[in-house]
Amino acid sequence: MSNDSGARTGVTRRQVLATSAATAFVAAASSKASALTFTQLPEWSPFAHNPPPTAPPGDHWQFFTADEAATIEAIVDRLIPADDLSIGGKEAGCAVFIDRQLQGFFGTFARLYMEPPFGKGTPAQGDQSPLVPQQRYRFGLAELEQYCQSEHQASFKELNGDQQDQILSALEQGEIHFEKYPSADFFALVLQNTKEGFFADPVYGGNKDMVSWKMIGFPGARYDYRDYVEKHNQTLDLEPLSIGGGTHWNHQG
Amino acid sequence: MATKLPATDVVVVGLGWAGSILAHELAEEGLNVIGFERGPWRDTAQDFNIASAPDELRYSARQELMLRTRQNTVTMRNNTSQTALPMREWGSFHPGNGTGGAGNHWAGITYRYDPSTFRLKSHLIERYGQQAYNDSNLTLQDWGTDWDEMEPHYAKFEAIAGTSGKAGNIKGEIQEGGNPFEGPRSGEYPNPPLKQPYGPTLFAKTAAEMGYKPYYVPSSLVSRAYTNPLGVTMGPCTYCGFCTNYGCANYSKASAITTILPALIRKPNFIAKTNSEVHRVTLDGSGKRATGVIYTDASGRTWEQPAELVIVAAFILENVRLMLLSGVGTPYDPRTGKGTTGRNYCYQTANNAQLFFKDKNFNPFIGGGAVGMGIDELNNDNFDHSGLGFFGGGSTRVTPIGAAPIGNTPVPPGTPKWGGQWKRAVKEHYLGNMSVGCEASSYAQQGNYLSLDPTYKDPHGYPLLRMTFDFPDNDMRMAQYVTDKIGEIGERMGADQVVKTPRTRPWNNLSYQSSHMTGGFLMGSDPSTSSVNKHLQTWGIPNLFVVGASAAPQNPGFNPTGTVGALAYKAADAIRRLYLKNPGEMIG
Repeated sequence: MSNDSGARTGVTRRQVLATSAATAFVAAASSKASALTFTQLPEWSPFAHNPPPTAPPGDHWQFFTADEAATIEAIVDRLIPADDLSIGGKEAGCAVFIDRQLQGFFGTFARLYMEPPFGKGTPAQGDQSPLVPQQRYRFGLAELEQYCQSEHQASFKELNGDQQDQILSALEQGEIHFEKYPSADFFALVLQNTKEGFFADPVYGGNKDMVSWKMIGFPGARYDYRDYVEKHNQTLDLEPLSIGGGTHWNHQG
Repeated sequence: MATKLPATDVVVVGLGWAGSILAHELAEEGLNVIGFERGPWRDTAQDFNIASAPDELRYSARQELMLRTRQNTVTMRNNTSQTALPMREWGSFHPGNGTGGAGNHWAGITYRYDPSTFRLKSHLIERYGQQAYNDSNLTLQDWGTDWDEMEPHYAKFEAIAGTSGKAGNIKGEIQEGGNPFEGPRSGEYPNPPLKQPYGPTLFAKTAAEMGYKPYYVPSSLVSRAYTNPLGVTMGPCTYCGFCTNYGCANYSKASAITTILPALIRKPNFIAKTNSEVHRVTLDGSGKRATGVIYTDASGRTWEQPAELVIVAAFILENVRLMLLSGVGTPYDPRTGKGTTGRNYCYQTANNAQLFFKDKNFNPFIGGGAVGMGIDELNNDNFDHSGLGFFGGGSTRVTPIGAAPIGNTPVPPGTPKWGGQWKRAVKEHYLGNMSVGCEASSYAQQGNYLSLDPTYKDPHGYPLLRMTFDFPDNDMRMAQYVTDKIGEIGERMGADQVVKTPRTRPWNNLSYQSSHMTGGFLMGSDPSTSSVNKHLQTWGIPNLFVVGASAAPQNPGFNPTGTVGALAYKAADAIRRLYLKNPGEMIG
């Protein structure tokens, strides 16, 4: 939910709920996060809160080139294929999600310790690559394209589903050699980000209409199960909610 | 060059649980107190607003509340033959940042350690003999305190936090429905237990049929509206399932920001300085007196803040790093086993059994970090270890923390990781899976320790902390034993598939295990093997107190926060009752 998402102008129901929840209990001392010194009762603004760092939605790719985007859309649609359970990863918005994530702090590892030296280390020491996700995607997609052209004289997105699956399996097993970033690591990153896009709150661009939540029975950003906690071994069929609201909330006027 | 500021009475480093407790108690004495916090000011209404708090990507996957590794991280290796490399992303554990510290995103599980824990080495030698102890190859130590000294401070912390549960032992009388292995409590928990979802209920019923004594996991997610002794009011837990790794939007999860800071910040003699990172404690020429702290503020300026009394109460890792950077105590040497700063670093040995049922619906999204049922027969020395080849054990629990789906869609082993079969398995198993955990002890051995890294530095140019650790043989044998036992319970519960995951070596940073690190600046009665006395006062530097999980000589099979809170109240009590009247070494 970015501040400029269309459905949320003025005081929304969510804000009203939030305020009444807060004022029912003691109002804690508070101020802007950037302030330095706090004494006694710092300023407090109603409705001021710290919203999620979502990139604004839009029709344009923010990180990927058109070719890269087409390849990623083809990949996410094999990782999460359309079937009787749900729409596929592409329609669910997984590629859009990844694009927006790469353009944000995740894409540059802006919050992470990226000081040299970058030792190889042991597997137990975890990720020690000097490459940030933007580079991992850019290099990985280029090498995948190169591989597909040399083996199949076609782009990944032009291959049929079985061929695509075979290539993805080979990446997963590290059987295709990538120069700049190991193919198995590239595959693992794309798979992790694709699942994040499928399951994260729709405000981040994926999980269209809460499709994954409806599929598995996760009610999303509901915040009170006191009436349900002791309903044991029962199917509750709760309609899911996003932190941007629910489809039944978004009627204008 | 640091600019020197006017002196104050007390500086407190860190405004998480321990620091906020100390700052409040000393401000109550009328002292002028400045609290330093390297992270931002955090506040429920704005930072954990109900409109945006339930966000798995932001808080769990992207670790919004954790310390940024760019600001400060640790380096890690499994043994001294390896070169330590930085944790570039938190994996194994999750240090916090900002007021409230890790107490904002913790689970809320609030144990007291059992009486034998405080004299573990003596206890094991008395029960099993010197030879059995020697054979364990462990370097255990007593705490220099005991249950009777700790009990009032546990009670005080639970009252502040509104801990909800059912006592198992009140003044020596075993209580039906509680944990019978608890030490004798002076009274009942401040609040009644939480309601229980299906998973913990099925576990407790089965465990009881097998002869175990199930109890309500003590929870500082409060079960009802509660006003604590400082006049701060909390709201009842709603079982929302966005709990561990998240801040609580309901004022239900006890944290310094929901229980202490709202009262403390109103005191005119308290100042909180946030985004202000302390680099070291300054000592006078004799090295026997702390004179203040050096810190850098948000603008990048460096200052010296002189003080009469210095309290270091940051997270365990930073407590130890600050003492190493300040030259307090002798750095521990793993070859000789001598030296105290960095000694006996321990962790938690986390074991698990995942249960898949075909015909049950646990609604796993309902829950909270400390909502659950446990048994304690497999913990610590609650069972006879004769002939088992190990000491220790763990608290066994079913605590459904919530099941947001990026991180909580387990599928049986052998399932493809993607594609149509994977998706079908996710759907098939989402509602019908649950897990039984065993949060087990981590005992000290000579090669596990904390030191300064020779290569990697923080943005201010100070060395990172280096962690050298792997699980001892003792703990690996224990992990196998307890995981087999919890697997038996899972089978009896009727699971179609039980996937047992005992902790194995090497310790790694690949997946989350526990944020319960302990040791490095130990409490004890012998200055040659400990850093602080039983009042958390540094040996040889009487106006420097170092408070937190850094004081634990080894880690039992319990979550440590209750004990961190109790130690903070214990130190505050000693300062108020003894030290301020006669500043100096309280134990000669």
